[in-house]
Amino acid sequence: MEKFKTVTGVAAPMPLINIDTDMIIPKQYLKTIKRSGLGVHAFAEMRYNEDGTENPDFILNQAGYRNASIIVAGDNFGCGSSREHAPWAIGDLGIKVVISTSFADIFYGNCFKNGILPIVLPQEQVDLLMDDAHRGANATLTIDLEKQEITGPDGGMIKFELDSFKKHCLLEGLDDIGQTMQKESKITAFEEQMQTSVPWI
Amino acid sequence: MAKTLYDKIWDAHVADEAKDGTCLLYIDRHMVHEVTSPQAFEGLRMSNRKVRSPEKVLAVADHNVPTSPMLNGVAGIKNDQSRIQIQALEANVKEFGIEYFDTNDKRRGVVHIVGPEQGFTLPGMTIVCGDSHTATHGAFGALAHGIGTSEVEHVLATQTLIQAKSKNMRVTINGTLPNGVTAKDITMAVIGKIGTAGGTGYVIEYAGQAIRELSMEGRMTVCNMAIEGGARAGLIAPDEVTYAYLKGKPRAPKAEMWDQAVAYWKTLFTDNDAKFDLEIEMDASKMIPNATWGTSPQDVLPIDANVPFPTDFKDPARQDATQRAIDYMGLEAGMKLTDIKIDRVFMGSCTNGRIEDLRAAAEVVKGRKVSGHVDAMIVPGSGLVKILAEEEGLDKIFIEAGFDWREPGCSMCLAMNDDQLKPGERCASTSNRNFEGRQGFKGRTHLVSPAMAAAAAIKGYLTDVRDI
Repeated sequence: MEKFKTVTGVAAPMPLINIDTDMIIPKQYLKTIKRSGLGVHAFAEMRYNEDGTENPDFILNQAGYRNASIIVAGDNFGCGSSREHAPWAIGDLGIKVVISTSFADIFYGNCFKNGILPIVLPQEQVDLLMDDAHRGANATLTIDLEKQEITGPDGGMIKFELDSFKKHCLLEGLDDIGQTMQKESKITAFEEQMQTSVPWI
Repeated sequence: MAKTLYDKIWDAHVADEAKDGTCLLYIDRHMVHEVTSPQAFEGLRMSNRKVRSPEKVLAVADHNVPTSPMLNGVAGIKNDQSRIQIQALEANVKEFGIEYFDTNDKRRGVVHIVGPEQGFTLPGMTIVCGDSHTATHGAFGALAHGIGTSEVEHVLATQTLIQAKSKNMRVTINGTLPNGVTAKDITMAVIGKIGTAGGTGYVIEYAGQAIRELSMEGRMTVCNMAIEGGARAGLIAPDEVTYAYLKGKPRAPKAEMWDQAVAYWKTLFTDNDAKFDLEIEMDASKMIPNATWGTSPQDVLPIDANVPFPTDFKDPARQDATQRAIDYMGLEAGMKLTDIKIDRVFMGSCTNGRIEDLRAAAEVVKGRKVSGHVDAMIVPGSGLVKILAEEEGLDKIFIEAGFDWREPGCSMCLAMNDDQLKPGERCASTSNRNFEGRQGFKGRTHLVSPAMAAAAAIKGYLTDVRDI
């Protein structure tokens, strides 16, 4: 996985609450056996008209937002299914950071496995960033993961919280499986202990 | 120190704890289906890794399978991508040595119905699957939750997950459910109260008299929708009802091992003085059947209520979401829920595709006919559910009433196969999500219990089943 250091870019405002994983990547696109190439289908039912043309009302179809790398979203972004196709799709679209007041648990975890940083902030701060996002290309945001800071277009700075392990993995682009495999002896010891304590399992 | 049920299961599965509190959680059982696994197997292949404990994994194809008879097997599936995805699963289970219930196997069905039926799900276990409704298995007092595909790969390779512990919430449902009110009504009422983000960061333990009085099928329905309340998992402490369900199941422990297991399972309860981070109480005796009107599971109301006005909510974001939902659903604010005319009925899914659900629906349907303008389908949750229902003659009741009696699978819960709503069609559904487009592009979903879905099929409108 690529290392995540800083991101500077246009932020797209998506103030709708409860943007669910069916909205992020509708089920007809889950039939793939690959991880790549889902960006074109991200937000498909909001983004395209029934004839396949672009819906001009959708934010990422508007000039100034086509190259957005940040989404500022309404509460409970990513609720619904466990499909990792959701972060695969928005990542493929070029989104590196999503900011909201809360995320659904599984989606939140899935983001980190794919080099996407989900940031949780209080409502007032999300409101401020949502205002910045509405200003489009005139108001880029910079996210510094190491410092855990978001810098706004007018120089304002917002701090964000993050689990230290998740931060470390994202900064270094680490593969979880490789790290866990180094603990093989502990897993084996645990299994041996289970053989006596819960042998029916 | 006094512990909750969640604390006990968690503590019994921590294989390693890092200084920052991040834990390596041991996983006892892993269920795999065709949609969220191909990229995980591909990852293993690319890294030249093996499946660490194939005997702890069970695979079944459920999301993409047709619900018409599969006379030509997988090769006969017309949709190329669906067929390729199932063929990929078949190749992967063979390559990595995983047990698989193929499409000719009568034990196949929706993964969360199959696991409990086989006794693959047992109390005190940690269970994962690349599917958010893995929460279902919590009904047995197992810590069970959905994971993403990267985590599927992680569990296949290491039989563990890197996890941080969630907070403890207890939802106590006091009293006894009135006639006509079911487990589905309980679980939807809880989501209506806490909201779809209310459980974020928590594991919910369901407790109280009304929960104790539920069958295992009902308990699975309750835990299944814990995820719709945002919770990582739902849990119900095991008891005599649980043991009675499990005894004799193919994978359940036998003879002396059974006694040893039950003795352990009896320690799986929340200690009297254990502390919860959040406690919710509700009264079952005051509940009435409910239905959703909007596009989020939290848009749920008692069936005698009216579609809300956006201004009923204080939060401007909720007002906007309400207006959007009313528009999408093609409703008028203020109209009665019972004035909502439906086109389709879907009975099935991991929420309500079990034998008890079909019995409840058949009781309502018996001797009646499906309304002339309604197309109603029943998709049993597994091959075993279908066989049992047919032995009990339920299929005849449904077919005589005008229902379409189909083969098992996820079907129109998420519409990945051919079973889909057309744009604008309105469905009373026993599934778990009423999101925009969930059951088909621009389709409209009203979530209800099986008895309420049966009542809606007969009346042609959302209806209070107690009036039938």
